[in-house]
Amino acid sequence: MLDDTDRKIIQATQAGLPLTPEPYQTIAEQLGLTASDVMMRLSAMQNNGIIRRIGAVPNHYKLGYRFNGMTVWNIPDEFIDELGQKVGQLKFVSHCYHRPRHPPEWMYNLFAMVHGKTQEAVDEQIQQISDLLGDYNLGCDVLYSTKILKKTGFRTTARTQEVELRMEQLPSSGKSKGSQPVTD
Amino acid sequence: MDEIDKQIINALQDGFPICDAPYRQVATQLGLTEQDLITRLKTLLDNGVLTRFGPLYNAEQMGGALTLAAVKAPIERYDEITETINAFPEIAHNYARSHELNMWFVIATETPEQIQQTINAIERETGLTVYNMPKIKEYFVNLKLEA
Repeated sequence: MLDDTDRKIIQATQAGLPLTPEPYQTIAEQLGLTASDVMMRLSAMQNNGIIRRIGAVPNHYKLGYRFNGMTVWNIPDEFIDELGQKVGQLKFVSHCYHRPRHPPEWMYNLFAMVHGKTQEAVDEQIQQISDLLGDYNLGCDVLYSTKILKKTGFRTTARTQEVELRMEQLPSSGKSKGSQPVTD
Repeated sequence: MDEIDKQIINALQDGFPICDAPYRQVATQLGLTEQDLITRLKTLLDNGVLTRFGPLYNAEQMGGALTLAAVKAPIERYDEITETINAFPEIAHNYARSHELNMWFVIATETPEQIQQTINAIERETGLTVYNMPKIKEYFVNLKLEA
């Protein structure tokens, strides 16, 4: 479990890692800890999944990925784990989840996010998922995002905290910016 | 953004070392100087190519809860409903999407119980049905995008 020192480290790194030659030393100095303590605690949090990874999050749009689609599929429940794993392994799928249906209006239980630089590229990816699912695909749809209505960091027990986003990244200022048109 | 920037973006999506001089270690792997890496990284963050660089925390592992939910917002009430839903601090993201379920949002709370309380409050304030779609299973999450 997290203790107060862990929470202080989380708060100190919520805006990111310092861009100093010895960033863990910099954090340690801010918090009155030693660099080795900071490193040990970050390693422990990484090992137990509190930290998914330490790294960079790119803005999809700035890298040219303008077409971001939430593909949704109706898969028989008895096959969804096996097929969900396979869809998740496709290199272009960034997120893949089993979610509940809401019959009769919403029969889709498998969600896979895809990203492409062109509509054709995304269409090709969707076709590949469709081919993989074959006869187990009882219906599908693709929901493209048309506008960001809100985007902020998540609130957590360590107070306001930006965490890894579970949905696709859209052009971001990093802060809530109200409505922002998206041209896909 | 040049080829070196792209290499940096690709390399730093794979993770970052926890050691005394991690930038130097990554820079060496990329054939750069430590200062060059830090300067380029700063520029990529300043111009928004990177939205973030650092530890990515998993809210659920910290005791928090998340769900994905959607509503069918009538077009004539779309702006009003957007405003009502966005006013909840528990709403982390909200996206307009091309579907009859035309508004999709992520609810993030400090405890699992607060998810249902937030949904109830949104239903009460908007008069709409909230379609709650919490993940049953996560098969894959990887935000890596090749630059």
